[in-house]
Amino acid sequence: MPRIRVEVDGSSYEDDVEPRLLLVHYLRDRLGKVGTPVGCDTTNCGACTVLMDGLSVKSCSVLAVQADGREVTTVEGLRAGHPMQRAFHEEHALQCGYCTPGMIMASIDLLRENADPSEDEIRDGLEGNLCRCTGYQNIVRAVRRAATEMRRPASEEVTS
Amino acid sequence: MTEVGSPRLRSEDARLVTGRTRWTDNMTPAGTLHVAYLRSPIAHARITRVDTEPAKGRPGVVAVLSGADLADEQGSLPCAWVVTEDMRLPEHPPMAVDEVRYVGEPVACVVARDPYAAVDALEEIDVDYEPLPAVVDMEAALEEGADLVHEGLGTNSSYTWVFENGDVDAALRDAPVLIERRYVQQRLIPTAMEPRSVLCVPEGDEFTLYSSTQIPHILRLMLATVTGVPEHRLRVVAPDVGGGFGSKLQVYGEEVIALLLARRLGRPVKWTESRSEGNMTVHHGRDQIQRLTLAAERDGRLRGIKVELLADMGAYLMLVTPGIPLLGAFMYSGVYKMDAYSLTCTGVFTTKMPTDAYRGAGRPEATFAIERLMDELAAELDLDPVEVRRRNWIRHEEFPYDTVAGLTYDSGDYESATERALELFAYDKLRAEQADRRERRDPVQLGIGVSVFTEMCGLAPSRVLGSLSYGAGGWEHASVRVLPSGKVEVVTGTSPHGQGHETAWAQITADRLGVPFEDVRVLHGDTAVSHKGMDTYGSRSLAVGGVALYSACEKVVDKARKVAAHLLEASEQDLEFSGGRFSVRGVEQEGRTIQEVATAAFAAHDLPDGVEPSLDSDATFDPENFSFPHGTHLCAAEVDTETGMVRLRSYVALDDVGKVVNPVIVEGQVHGGLAQGIAQALFEEAVYDAEGNLTTTTMADYLIPTAADLPEFVTERTETPATTNPLGVKGVGEAGTIASTPAVVNAIVDALRPYGVRDVPMPCTPERVWRALRDESPPDLAEPGAGGGLGSAGGAR
Repeated sequence: MPRIRVEVDGSSYEDDVEPRLLLVHYLRDRLGKVGTPVGCDTTNCGACTVLMDGLSVKSCSVLAVQADGREVTTVEGLRAGHPMQRAFHEEHALQCGYCTPGMIMASIDLLRENADPSEDEIRDGLEGNLCRCTGYQNIVRAVRRAATEMRRPASEEVTS
Repeated sequence: MTEVGSPRLRSEDARLVTGRTRWTDNMTPAGTLHVAYLRSPIAHARITRVDTEPAKGRPGVVAVLSGADLADEQGSLPCAWVVTEDMRLPEHPPMAVDEVRYVGEPVACVVARDPYAAVDALEEIDVDYEPLPAVVDMEAALEEGADLVHEGLGTNSSYTWVFENGDVDAALRDAPVLIERRYVQQRLIPTAMEPRSVLCVPEGDEFTLYSSTQIPHILRLMLATVTGVPEHRLRVVAPDVGGGFGSKLQVYGEEVIALLLARRLGRPVKWTESRSEGNMTVHHGRDQIQRLTLAAERDGRLRGIKVELLADMGAYLMLVTPGIPLLGAFMYSGVYKMDAYSLTCTGVFTTKMPTDAYRGAGRPEATFAIERLMDELAAELDLDPVEVRRRNWIRHEEFPYDTVAGLTYDSGDYESATERALELFAYDKLRAEQADRRERRDPVQLGIGVSVFTEMCGLAPSRVLGSLSYGAGGWEHASVRVLPSGKVEVVTGTSPHGQGHETAWAQITADRLGVPFEDVRVLHGDTAVSHKGMDTYGSRSLAVGGVALYSACEKVVDKARKVAAHLLEASEQDLEFSGGRFSVRGVEQEGRTIQEVATAAFAAHDLPDGVEPSLDSDATFDPENFSFPHGTHLCAAEVDTETGMVRLRSYVALDDVGKVVNPVIVEGQVHGGLAQGIAQALFEEAVYDAEGNLTTTTMADYLIPTAADLPEFVTERTETPATTNPLGVKGVGEAGTIASTPAVVNAIVDALRPYGVRDVPMPCTPERVWRALRDESPPDLAEPGAGGGLGSAGGAR
């Protein structure tokens, strides 16, 4: 069995894994990171989206061995009160909440690529993440709110 | 601050946005065994042999069981709604024993130490099938000599249910206008984002079963009945549940088998479905064929409607399968007045996954029928579709109104809702644009769809359910526990899975008791905590459960008043209760807060005679009537006549759901409902091929809408309180889904009417729109555009 070293949400792990083990199952079953859920088995729903080296991936379509030597951030690893989490709450962008971890992680990556997306850009950008409860309207509002928020204080912090 | 009516953000969100959730699949107690199912790859076959031996030798495998191994203890899955005395109700073993009747039906299972090992071992199970004919088409299934789903029944008909009021034959006879149509409500897959999951933990001879279910209370009773595990030895927990939309209003074979395996093996047992498994084996929705005849006068006034329904039951009758079309049977007159109505519904067995409740359950189908027919009537009479509705709807001063379908609508104001919707939509402006595009023979035509709807929800008056032979009542329960410190726990029999009851119920409680919102915690979804309830479905939670909570709060205040009067040495009549404080009228400085009274009631040092310690209360509410949300939805669709592509340009939803506890939650419910109703109109269909194979098993084939597929909705409300409960609430869970499907299809047909198109079957995919244009457009109708635009579209075959 191959041995992998992964950093997940700021902690380092070293594990022997079956080559076929999916990253999402490694996170959930081996590391107990159950904040990242599984919604399908064909890479369509995006509920399992995490960041790998800062880029969003669907962790059901990444093998654990592919994460070797990389840094994974799940929804559990976001700093407390991340603007995207706050925005989802404030815009009522979730109901059952099952798609929410993936939706939040995908949205963070979306804003990394485009700090000020239009409504259409958000809708297109989140096409790979399915939600059955909200009709997406409030998710779009949340991403716009977070975009405004994240353009403000974060950039000041970085430059100062 | 008054909580009820205020846009309070949800308390549920804190755990959901951080991933600190408790989905069933997140729990894996030490020693948990994992289950995987081998499922039938054939729609209909006799099982002649199942060899589980090779699988048993695989590493990590603890047990392998076939249906025959469970035959003595697995019982038959329950159907709680025997709709007619002679309804045919076949046995439904959780795991097939002799015969399989749909693709995906469980045939054997592996129990292993991890899910990968369980799935691996499935390949080693050997099953011999002797194929039998698939029965896929409902109409063919009823023909003489048709292949049978259940040989022993001698027919594929489960039941025929009839309703009649007034003389429909007379209404149809010599009617100046008759609109006859056949509409197909395609089969849908509910597709809650959280797949089903069940975990059963044994402790001695007692069991705790966690399940992704909408109905922990009903599930406990049904599991006890099916398995013989005594009800008091079984605790059912619905932890965080990721959506349901009716699909988790069910007693699934996998839940029964989890309990049986935990009993047999003495270890925790868990099963979580894959999405591909779920699309095959979570109950489906809709799937009806409607034959409709609407009779009207030349001025557009309705005489009556005749409805003949075929409803696909699938292979078996599950929890409320046969009753679903009946929930629509009372809605075919919609918001309109007419004198005659008849409905005949035949439930038909096919070799497909059983159908059951899906958001709206019967009412979307009925609403689609009447709202599509009203548009057809308008076209026939060359009237504006809003005008033909106006001539027929129940006017606001006519409530309460006894409908031809036997319901009493307590309240409503269709005029105001419609007027406001038209204004928000800019109806006249869009009609002008439509005329212009028609004039210009624009290849992209504009259509306007109207849907003026009502629905019966708040399920349900127990008396009415009894008269419909439903197996249980429709009341709901709530308890309020005022803790010694003055904090409050609310226990509800409703079982939220995205609806925000933890927030809304706390708002109701905070107002009634005058305590801070933050001091209230709502407990639910665990039969050990909430010992009785009827759970969450049918837009019932607020209109029934919320009202039970209101009553429970009133009881707390009544008791607190007795204790406070005693403490203040005043008479109860002299006490005022306001802002959470009792005071003696005229001596406002003399008073006790409800928290102080709670502490005193807990200490019990000085209670009035005959008053027991604590302020806790218990209440049930059984509604006297359904509630009737209503609204007017308007959809503008751009239809590309060259490609068949439909683009929703704008959508206005004007809903009247009565009094609102939390407008943020209500708006969210409307958005989500719209998405699902629009999805039926445009995208979704569960497709079985001629051999009975489901060809839409993945999310790549079964198309639930993405963010890019939906428009920005404009939502607003009018507020006509329900008169049948003290909160004046009606329910909102299903309104958007019920209203939107006909609004969208009406818009598409409206766009294409100049081409002779009178219908596009759902889902209105580009291909279907394109075909409707070519098949139904006689060239002569394209007269004004001969040589281009409309004409070329009509002529190209």
